[in-house]
Formats: sequence, C-alpha cells, structure tokens
Amino acid sequence: MSVCFVCGQTSRAQQIGSPTTQEGVLPPRGVFAIRNARIVTVSGPEIANGTVVIRDGKIEAVGASVNVPAGAQIIEGRGLSVYPGMIDAGTNMGLVEVPQGANGTVDLSEVGEFNPNAKAIIAVNPHSAHIAVTRVEGVTNTVTAPTGGLISGQAALINLLGTAPKEMAVVPQAALVINYPRVGGGGGGGFGGPQQQPANLSETLEANARQVEEIRKMLRDAEAYGRSQDAYAKDKSLPRPDRIVVLESLVPYVRGQQPVIFRAEREAEIRGAIKFAEEMKLKPVILGGNDAWKVASLLKEKSVPVILTGVLSLPVREDDAYDTLYENPAKLQQAGVLFAISTGDAGPEVRNLAQYAGMAAAYGLSKTEALKSVTLYPAQIMNVADRLGSIEVGKMANLVVTDGDLLEIRTRIRYLLIDGRSVVLSSRHTELNDAFKNRR
Amino acid sequence: MNKKLVSVMAGLRGSLLLLTVLMGSVVQAQQTQETLIRNATVITVTRGTLENTDVLLRNGKIAAIGKNLNASSSARVIDGTGKYVMPGIIDCHSHSMLDTINEGTLAVTSMVRTADVMNPTDVDLYRELAGGVTTLNLLHGSANPIGGLNTVVKIKYGRPASEFLFPGAMPGIKFALGENVKRSSTPNQPGVTRRYPNTRMGVEETIRDAFVRARDYKRAWDEYRAAAGKDKNLLPPRRDLQLEPLVEILEGKRYVHAHCYIASEILMLINLADEFGFKIKTFQHVLEGYKVAKEIAAHGAGASIFADSWGYKIEAYDAIPYNAAIMTRAGVVVSMNSDSDERARRLNIEAAKAMHWGDLTEEQAMRLITINPAIQLGIQERVGSIEVGKDADIAIWNGHPFSVYSRVDTTFVDGVVFFDRQQDLARRADLAKERALLEQADPNKPPVRGQSPETPRRRRPTHNDDTIEEEQP
Repeated sequence: MSVCFVCGQTSRAQQIGSPTTQEGVLPPRGVFAIRNARIVTVSGPEIANGTVVIRDGKIEAVGASVNVPAGAQIIEGRGLSVYPGMIDAGTNMGLVEVPQGANGTVDLSEVGEFNPNAKAIIAVNPHSAHIAVTRVEGVTNTVTAPTGGLISGQAALINLLGTAPKEMAVVPQAALVINYPRVGGGGGGGFGGPQQQPANLSETLEANARQVEEIRKMLRDAEAYGRSQDAYAKDKSLPRPDRIVVLESLVPYVRGQQPVIFRAEREAEIRGAIKFAEEMKLKPVILGGNDAWKVASLLKEKSVPVILTGVLSLPVREDDAYDTLYENPAKLQQAGVLFAISTGDAGPEVRNLAQYAGMAAAYGLSKTEALKSVTLYPAQIMNVADRLGSIEVGKMANLVVTDGDLLEIRTRIRYLLIDGRSVVLSSRHTELNDAFKNRR
Repeated sequence: MNKKLVSVMAGLRGSLLLLTVLMGSVVQAQQTQETLIRNATVITVTRGTLENTDVLLRNGKIAAIGKNLNASSSARVIDGTGKYVMPGIIDCHSHSMLDTINEGTLAVTSMVRTADVMNPTDVDLYRELAGGVTTLNLLHGSANPIGGLNTVVKIKYGRPASEFLFPGAMPGIKFALGENVKRSSTPNQPGVTRRYPNTRMGVEETIRDAFVRARDYKRAWDEYRAAAGKDKNLLPPRRDLQLEPLVEILEGKRYVHAHCYIASEILMLINLADEFGFKIKTFQHVLEGYKVAKEIAAHGAGASIFADSWGYKIEAYDAIPYNAAIMTRAGVVVSMNSDSDERARRLNIEAAKAMHWGDLTEEQAMRLITINPAIQLGIQERVGSIEVGKDADIAIWNGHPFSVYSRVDTTFVDGVVFFDRQQDLARRADLAKERALLEQADPNKPPVRGQSPETPRRRRPTHNDDTIEEEQP
C-alpha cells in the first residue's frame, strides 16, 4: 500500500465502485472480494492469508483458498487485516446532535415516567454528523436508546449507514429500556438530573419500592393485555378488547421474546434488576454495570449479560482500587458472564469504542476477549449474532479493513463496508481537515 | 461503647485514605536515594528513543543515561527489560485537588488563587500517578473573562499541599472566552440581572477595560517608584489585588492561559494582546485553532487541546481531531491536556491519537504530553524529557506508552516512588480487611429505621471547565 488512505483521501476507495456518503444516495451493493488479507473472523480461527467474498450485502465466502468470482470488485488486502465491524450496544447515536445550547437537536428523553412506545428508530437522524464520524473509525453498528423516566422506550439496533431510519435499521425495536429505580435517586438515570439526597431512609426505600411496583404493574397490565388480544384473535365472539398502544408495545418484552435493558450501575440496583426480571420472566440485560464485578457470580448463575459503559470512568468509591473499572470486564470474563464493552456515549465519543476495549486488555482481559466484547458479544446480547459480530458466511457484510490491530490507537481504517456497501472514509471531520489543513 | 472509643472509631471511619497515605509514606521512606533502571527502552523525547539503556536516578535527579551504568551498592535496581521509560506526563489543564474552581460572581477575578484551595488527599491524584502523570497545571474555571491564578504542582500524593508546589514554575492566570463566560447555559432568572458580559463583544470589552486599568495602575506605580527616591514623603498608590496580576502580565512575568473555542474569539484575544503588548502563553482547548493556526503561531502562543472531544456544545461542533497536527505543522507548540480527572489517567492515549488523526510522528506526538506542556508552563529546564540533570520525574511502562494494551508499573517524582503497581496490589488485602473492620464498627453500622442512610458518594465532585458551581453554603 503506497497510498495513505486516511484523512479523507478517497481515490483508493473509488476503485471499488462509486461509493458515496452523500445524503440521498446510498452506495450500491455489489460483489466485492477482499483478497490476500489477514482475516480475523472472531468466531473462528484467524486466517493468515485469505479472501472474503461479499455479494448482495452478505458474506458469501471466507477462507484461505476461496476463489475471487468473476466481475468482483477487488480490494487488495496485502498487509491488511479484515475484522467484523464494531458494535456499541449502549449509545444514543442519532438522537442528539449538540446536547448543550441546541435543545432542538436533542431527542433523548420523553416527558413522564412510562414511555414504552417511544421508539428510538422514529427519531434517529440519519444525517447526523456523528454517524459518519463514528463509522470511519470502524464502528458499524450501535444500539441507540432513549433515556428518560422509568421506562424510557425502545432502543434500535442500527447500521451506521443509510439515508432514512428504515435503511439503517437492523432491528428497529431491539430492546425495551428501563431505568431500574435507584435508591435515593429519582427515576431518571441517564443524563445528570440532580440527585436528591434522601431525607429519611424508610421513606427513601418506600419510594424506591413504589417505583419498582409501578413498573411491575405496567408489565402485568401488558401481560393481561396480550392474553386478551390473543383470546380475541382465537375467538371473535368475545368482546373486542380496546387497543392500547402503550401496552401493546410491551407485549414481546413481557413474553421474554425480546431483551429488556436495565440501566443499573450500583450493586443494589443490579441485584434488584436481576430479581425483578426473574420474577417477571423477562430477558434482562444490564446496561452500565459499574458494580457488576461485585455481582459476577449472580450474573453468571442467572445468565444475565452486561453492557459495560464505565470501563474508562473514575472508580465510584474513594477507596476503590485505581483500576477497579478498567478490570471490570476481566472479572466478568473470569466469572463466565457474557459482557460487551460500550462507550455509553450519546454520540461524539462512540468512535473511541476500540480504545475502551483495548484498555480493558491492559488490565487483565485477553486481547481476543477484548475484541469479542465489541463485536460478537454485543451481537449475542442483542440477539443478532446470526447477522452480525463475526466474519462468517451468510452474515451481513459489515467489515472493516485495517492496517493493524483494530483496537490499537495508531491503527488506521483503510476500507469500510456496511451492509455490503463500500463506504467512503470521509466525515464532517475529514472535510473540515481538508478545508483548513493547507491554509497558509 | 464509651464515648471516647466512639470518637476514635468515628475518626477511623474516614481513614482508609489516611492509611493508604501512611503506608505510602512508609513505602517512600524505604526508597533509597538511588534507583537504577536497567536495560529499558528509554523515550527521552528530546534525544530520541534509546534501546537497551540504563537510567540512574540519584538525589531526585536523572544522574546518568547510558549502557552498563554503575550504581552504589544501596541503590534499588529495577530490571527494565521489555519495559519503557518515559518522562512523567504533564497535564497543562487540570482541576484535580481543587476544592472549588470558579469564582464566577465577577467578570474579572484575578485576585483569587487556586493555590488557596488545594486538597492534597484527593484520591484522583493517585489515580493520575497510576497513569504516569507527574505534573499538573491547576487552573481556575472558565466562568469569567479574567479568572483566578493557576498553580503548577508535582503530584506528591501523601505529602502536604505546600510540597506539591513546582519550584520555579512561571506564575500564570486563567482567561476564558465564549459560551462559559457568556453563561450561555445559565437560564435567565426573573428578577435577576445577568452578569456582564453576555456576548463575545462584551468579553472583549471586559478584558480591554481591565488592561486599560492595569496600564494606568502600572503607570501610577512606575511614577511613584521613580519619584519616591527623591521625595520620601510621597505616598504609594493604593494596592489593587485585582490589577497586580495584570501588571505582571504586561511585564511578561505571568503567563496567560486562555480558554477559548471558536476562531473569531481566538483572533480577538490575539489582537487585544498585541495591542497591549503582552503575549498569550497558551490557548486552552482552542478547538477551532486549526482554522487560525498561522495567526496563533505568529503571535507565538502555544495551544493546549483535547485530542478528539467535540460536539458537546455549539462552540465545540467544528472541533476536529486533526487540530494537533494542523497546529503543530503551522509551528505552534501544542500540548494535549485532560481538563478531567478521568481523562488525565490516559493522556498517553490522547497523545497517540495525534498519530492516528493527522500523521504526527511518534516523537511529535510524545512531545504533546511532555516537553511541550513543560515549555507552556516555563518548567522545561526541569522536566518534560529524560536528560541528565533534569528532575527524576519518570514513569516505567510495561509496554510502549502509545499502545492501548500498556499500563504503568512505577511512577517517580523527584526520584521517589509515588505509584507502584506491585505495591498497590500487595496492599489491597490489608485495605479490604480494614474496610471490613470499619464497617463492623458501631458508627458505621446500617442506620436504624427512619434515620438517614450514609449513601456512598464522592468526597467532592470532579470539575471541568463547564462546571458551573452553585453558591456554596
């Protein structure tokens, strides 16, 4: 490779079709072959020198001795590595452009405590600058979640490419998001409302129990609603139950068909969420999980996965070891807990996902596990491991071609494919760089 | 339990940290005055990277760098095989260990000093040492066009605040421009008059007015000093604690560290400083510095920036991670700072990002967190590179500091170990035991029903420039 392929220089990519990120025009799917590359499949053994064939959005073939089909656009991979695109399962990508000083660009949090029918996929802005800025660093997918109240709404799992939410959606309604009530906190969670200091312990605990009870009641109502709708579907002679959109949206979640994400950081909330989910027969996922290392054996016992968002945060307690949160992933891994690493960010920081995983590998996690924690594991947690998270035949062609270890800071992305479309490595940032770098 | 014992236990209650400190001192007392690091890769920053090289630390200084160095028999010898030695990282924008950072009631608060609110037991200092950081520029917040005075410290965690002060560092002051100064995020309150200024026009006018006054004040003193020799009965001008630091700026004795974001306000301050004949030592954050890099270079100012933070407010929307590279190539002395106790722990990674975005060389990137911030603080003769005679402020890393997989083994300040991972790991069992013991003590038992719980929380909030503090009770 003699051509530097960062900083928005697009000549190389243009050899492989006419990809564009211009709004309104999706780059075409086609037949691509990445050849002579090191292939890090993640799910299987690494292929030192092989070929990946992509057709119509999917991975058609992977291997050391795969033939390049006639007419395929060739990506010469000598000296390069192919990875599955990274997935950040804990973001608000596309729901907020500028959080401070531009409220009109903020679509994070609905009014009220119970908004299960608020759907992130409705408000995701495909033209947000954050999306291209993020994908050119190798993050091809995010879970995008609303934040407010006790039941925040439904998160979407999206490709970071598309000219409309529909084109981006991998799973438009991927998970229900619940802020598990904090002892001594409001409902809220998420973005820094003032923490009320409890005046009285018993009152505080009662308030907390009341909030849990309110969530329970709503989920029970949804169960009953689902049963009545089913009964009516079978027997039209029954009185037709009213449609209630709020409860209707909860039905797949209370039936355990779809994951329920509980935001919970502290030990008490994590334990509370696990217990609550078991009682309600939900399919829980913990999001946040700063204290997850303290609850690792229970998480393992109940098979509850965790999306860790605080790996780079300051330790919570003054007497916590300095590396408590850096080590959190390693401790979960040792305990056999399924976990993913996330930036937990609204947008700007999501591009640094690789760094979050890499630093966990400086503190006890193996490099292989670190890579899985931002590829295959989030795919498994979000029930999309049949489509995303590794390089396997039949999976969606979300691929990143790098000049080195994907998690290392100095590594550059050379090619990017999302949904089998070759994406130009430009963004608002490369454009501003190009506009000013030669100003004299 | 009798009263006395209760009070003893209550005293113990907040003392986990104290124990850490005490044990830390014991550790330090055991350190010899001499340490020899053998056979490491030494990133000198100013003299290249040296393979298989020894570094000798003696009496707080770097005594020798070379092959097969000899040390006295009492010297501690560290096998540096496979390890990397780099200068202690210098964070040119920190609010660590400050109990408060914004005296925001006036537009000009050059009379207040961060040195008066330093808390040497802030545990984040230790966490920063564990990221290889040894020196901090403690800045006032950004609530006003002219803020308070800064303090440059070495992180001597466990020692009294007075021992943190960096000897010979240039005095400095915080200026600030833009949204924080305008208080853009503070809503209008009925019946409450907004503090002037409210626009970037008013910010310029506020700073101009202050320097007009400072120039007059300086003239009054100059005239008095010239005449006082002849007329002993002459009365000196009244001292003005607000204007004194500004006179020092005019005389080139105090560095200006100016928080700013957008191109127009950067140019405004350059023009204003040129007009009054003083220099801006660093533009802080300076997210749109890349748009006016040549003007910053021409003024001779440095830039102390984030690697890649952007989009968190309107004035940060045009920030790009190529900022370091563009300004470096324009001839600006650039440093990478944290403005965050959290981020301060991984400034090595922030510097490496300048290689990822913008193609700086490894040496250029390494300078961003070592010699360049040292230059910006006037301490480049003491720290910022590994050279014989410089202070023994260094860190030993278990891999290349620019690798995401690396971490710090040991951090020295003035030749003394202030962080050591093995010692930290060895202490943990004792700390856990002590914690358990304290939790069983009467004063720490869970409160009875109806009483207020002791919710675990940080002793103090961490600050960044956007922290707008409410009035303290």
